[in-house]
Order: sequence, then C-alpha cells, then structure tokens
Amino acid sequence: MSAHPLIMGHPTSSPEHARHALLYMWRIRKFEEAVEDLFGRGMMHGTMHLSIGQEASPTGMCMALTLQDQITSTHRGHGHCIAKGADLTRMIAELLGKEIGYCGGRGGSMHIADVETGNLGANGVVGGGIPIAAGAALASKMTKKGTVVVSFFGDGAMNEGAFHEAANLAAIWKLPLILFCENNKYGMSSSTEKAFAIDNLAERGKGYGIPAVNVDGNDVIDVYEQAEIAVKRAQAGEGPTLIIAETYRWKGHSRSDKNLYRTKEEIEEWRELDPIPKFTAKVIKSKLLSKEECEAIAQEATDAIIAAVNESVKAKPADPAGLLEAVFKKVSA
Amino acid sequence: MSDRMLTMAEAIREAMSIAFDERPEVFLLGEDVGIYGGAFGVSGDMYHRYGAERVLDTPIAELGIVGAAVGAALSGMRPIVEIQFSDFTAQAMDQIANQAAKIHFMLGGALHVPMVLRTPQGSGTGAAAQHSQNLEPWFASVPGLKVVVPSNPADAKGLLLSSIDDPNPVIFLEHKLLYKIPGREPVPEGSERIPLGVSKVVREGKDLTIVATGIMVNKAWEVCEKLSTEGISITLIDPRTISPLDMQPVYESVDKTGRLLVVQEGPAQAGFINEVIAQMAGSASFGSLIAPIKRLAGMNIPIPYAPQLEKAAVPQIEDIEIAAREIVKNWR
Repeated sequence: MSAHPLIMGHPTSSPEHARHALLYMWRIRKFEEAVEDLFGRGMMHGTMHLSIGQEASPTGMCMALTLQDQITSTHRGHGHCIAKGADLTRMIAELLGKEIGYCGGRGGSMHIADVETGNLGANGVVGGGIPIAAGAALASKMTKKGTVVVSFFGDGAMNEGAFHEAANLAAIWKLPLILFCENNKYGMSSSTEKAFAIDNLAERGKGYGIPAVNVDGNDVIDVYEQAEIAVKRAQAGEGPTLIIAETYRWKGHSRSDKNLYRTKEEIEEWRELDPIPKFTAKVIKSKLLSKEECEAIAQEATDAIIAAVNESVKAKPADPAGLLEAVFKKVSA
Repeated sequence: MSDRMLTMAEAIREAMSIAFDERPEVFLLGEDVGIYGGAFGVSGDMYHRYGAERVLDTPIAELGIVGAAVGAALSGMRPIVEIQFSDFTAQAMDQIANQAAKIHFMLGGALHVPMVLRTPQGSGTGAAAQHSQNLEPWFASVPGLKVVVPSNPADAKGLLLSSIDDPNPVIFLEHKLLYKIPGREPVPEGSERIPLGVSKVVREGKDLTIVATGIMVNKAWEVCEKLSTEGISITLIDPRTISPLDMQPVYESVDKTGRLLVVQEGPAQAGFINEVIAQMAGSASFGSLIAPIKRLAGMNIPIPYAPQLEKAAVPQIEDIEIAAREIVKNWR
C-alpha cells in the first residue's frame, strides 16, 4: 500500500481538501487505536506514545507543506508521520518488528523516518530533533532549495537546552524553520503550570527574536492558517516562526501511565473538544461534504488500518543476521 | 616525492581546503572558526578564501552546532564541525551519541550522517581539567561512530580526507600539542586518501612491539631511536583509527617480538588501549607472548594545572623508556 497522495491547501478550500483533512485525522485516530489494541492483546513489544486527541495539529501543519519539505518528529510521532504521507503498512510492520517495517524492526515506534515524504525521523530524546531540523533548514538555505523544515515537539521540549540552542541558531541565521510546539499540557506527569513560570509558551519567542503565535491545536483550520503564514515567512527568507498549538493528549504518556497527575474531569473536558467532530460539523454545515461522505471517510480510514494490520501480521519477522552490518553505511569505492 | 614539512594544523587545513574544492557540499562550522581562524588556528585563512557561508561562525552552543551539522548531513551536506576543546563535546553528547551514531542503524538505513567532528584533545597546555582530557573511550564505546586519532601531519591529511568522504559520522581527535610541530615525514601535495581502519607500522624491530596512540606515537618514537643505539630494536604501531580497530599488524608483530607495551595519554581506567590488550588476550598471538603485556597510561585523575603536576599525570618519554627497557631485559 503506497502512501496516500498529499494534498496541499486550506482544509475548507474545496471538498477534496476537506476530505483530505478529515481522512488524515481519522487515519491518525484509527492508527493509534489499532496500536493500543495490538498492545492490549500482547502483540506489540516495547512501549507506545499515543497522540489521540492531537490529530488536528500535524494534519493542519502538513497540509501547508510540499512532499519535499521536511519534518522532525518526537516519541509521540505516529501522527506526524501519517500526516506527512507515510505508508501505514510499513508503520504497523515496524511496530510489530517486521522486516518490511520502516526501520526493519531496528527502531520501533520512536524511530520511524521516511525519506520519500521528507520525514527525518521521530526521536526518542525530548528535543533531540530540534537542532537536527535547524541543520536541515540550514542545508536548505545553503543550497537554495526553497524547502522549509518543521520541527514538531511537545511543551516538555521547550525546557531542553536543545530547543534554546536551535531556536537561537535559526533566528540569527534566518533559517526556513517552523518550531511547532504541540502543547498537550504535560511532559509525562509534569504540567506546564509546574514546568514553566510563564502562562503563555509563545512568550518564549520574543527572547529569540522569533515571531510566535498561539493556535487552537484541535482546530485543523486554525492550525493550517497559521502554518501557511509561517511557511510563507520561511520561504521569503524571513526566518523561523514559533507556533504553539494548544491541545491535549487523551491517553497516558505511555502504556505504564496511571493518570495520577490529572483528573478524570479534565480529561473529559478535553474529550469534548475532539478535533474530528468539530471539523466534521463545520464541513457538513458549509456543505463541503455530506454526512454520508464524512461517515464513508471514517470507514475508509478504518479499512486502511485494518488492511495494514493484516498485511503486517503476515509479514516476515526482522532477522538478527544482518545487525552488525547495519551499523555503518557502506563506504562506496 | 614532495619534501614539504607541514605542521598538523597546516595539514588539516590543507585537507579541508581540498575537500572544499572537490565538493560544494562540504562546509565548516564551529565557534570562532571564521575571522579568528579557529582557537588553535586550524581553519586559519579559510574564511577569507571560502567566505562566511562555508566557514560558518556559530554562537557558543555545542549541542545546537552538532545538531545542526547532523541535520545538514541528513539533507545532503557534508559538514565538518569543529568543537573548540574535546571536553566540550560533553555539551553535545546527545547529538553525537544518541543521534549521529544511531540514525543509520535505528532508522533502518533510510538515512545516514556524513559528518566529521574535529576537536582538539590532550594535556600539556596548562589549561587544567576541563580543557585537557583524552576522551577517545567515550566515542569508541558508541557503536556507529568512527574514531580517528592522527599522530602526525601526513596521516592527519590523508585520514581527514577519508573521514570527509565517509558516509558515517567520524570523530577526529587532534592532540593540541601536535598542531604547531612539523612531522617527521613530508606531507604529500595531492589529495591522496589514507583509508580508515588500517593501522600503520611506523617502524619495525624484533625485540618489542609498542602500540601507541596520538602524541604517544611521537614520544615512543624517541624511545625507539634511543634504544636502537643500544641494540634494542622496537616495532612501533600506530592504530590511527581506534574505531574500527585494525589489530592484524599487532598480532603479526607480537608473533615476532613476543613482547607488547601499549601506551596512551588518557587514564588507564577503562581506557581505549585496554581494548588492544583484550583483543590480544583473545587472539592466537597471545601464545607468542614471552612477557606480560605492559600498559602505560595516564593516572586515574583529572588533569591538574601546575606544569610539574600536569607532567606527572601522563606518560612521558622517560616512562616509556623505562617500561620498554624493563620488558626487554626482564623477559628473555
């Protein structure tokens, strides 16, 4: 199953765009639900970090990007990967430790990269991808490629030195970089209230000379509109933008999380702000899509995930035989 | 055959310049590498010859600098990143050990990191504990990094050219006391590469094998010269690349001499040179030894400041001489 063709542009600019935004949010949601299910049934190894509830952010951001534009992602990276156009079967296969997985079973959930869609990789280290994104943006600038780079990270990463150093480099060199913070309110159990002495994370931008903007991270339209402005700034050589997308992760940090640091009521409040029904209602109301079409889109995403799981389950497990040879890229003569 | 005698700083600058001329995707970034010419003068006039876009001055931000090099390398560039003192790689270790070293393996070979990280190491400048370390075991213990420790200008040039060609991250550790002194051998004019992972037999003898790294190769050479006048002949081997490590010449030499002395500047505890001993102990050539293996290394202490203290912390020529004499005299 090859990657779905990406569609660029405003999510409500045509029925096709609306369909794409809705389909990709559903693909992320259904993917994460499938991962949770496979874990629950003991079919998956290791750990997982689910982004259920946050689907609008990567979808809206990536609708402002070309296939050649690059991203770096995080430990909670399935959504970024899917929104940039990754193949679902190779993703599931990776999580199941199969040879056909994106990393041949060597990386798992936290290390999926996809060169074809400009995905430089998820990252197991909080903030680890931000300096890398700055470097990719530097390469774009040096070679006059005209591409932009988006670094996705969470609120927790904004307290890492890596964020500070990369933001400063991007600002002084006017790099075509978008610093996209998904503020899902918790770094594992640490709330933003505990981890920051400021209420609005966007205030950090000023200290670097970087324009910063708050968006409703659960509104794919709001995300897209600010993303487009940031992309244009980057393309015009005006440098980086910091986007703070306010969102929330419904599930725990990872599979071991007992949610001791937050209340059921808080989780419920945010579930009410589910980005998918919000967008669905909007496109039905504006007659971009019918209710039936929206239901069919959700079903299409479910079917795609089921097909990916079925194909992956049957695939050949990764083979330890080639491990030693895989450490270095071969030096060509 | 050229007879140009260059210092190691000049040889490294020449290698970088050749790579700059050969490939537009090669660039240098680091603290004060531009107009200042590098803290040790290694980049010298390159800023004036290649411009600010290819000789990129950075803020003091080692993690950001190395991360930017990793990201640029992932996107088709071939960065050479200079970290002003190897001690400061500690600031950048996430990007070195968790990112650069692992990306090719961890991402299933989808991406690779053709980056060279050059950095001066070693004691002898009175700069004390945070500017004088030999950290090669940090890097050599991380799968996915290649680690080069040149001991002379000619090797530095050829090895650096190979390092820049290499599609993998290479840590290039330059002893700062070697920067300003010419080597014993001339530096070839051209762009000839010296392959990584090939140990060099610096000189051959029949009584003792010395394996030494970096500046210790030079110190051991002095001992070889002195003892040769007394009828003690020594084989001196410089691994040059400590990861990957080429042990074959060591085995072959020990088969002839039966005696092995290993020398490094860094602390003995968990030092790189112990890997040479471990591999020797597990090899067929272990049976050729007629003497216990002797290890000379730095004391297990941070490098101290005062000159007499600093000297006492790391092996000196006299220490190597005493050790070499003892092995040869006591084990016949």
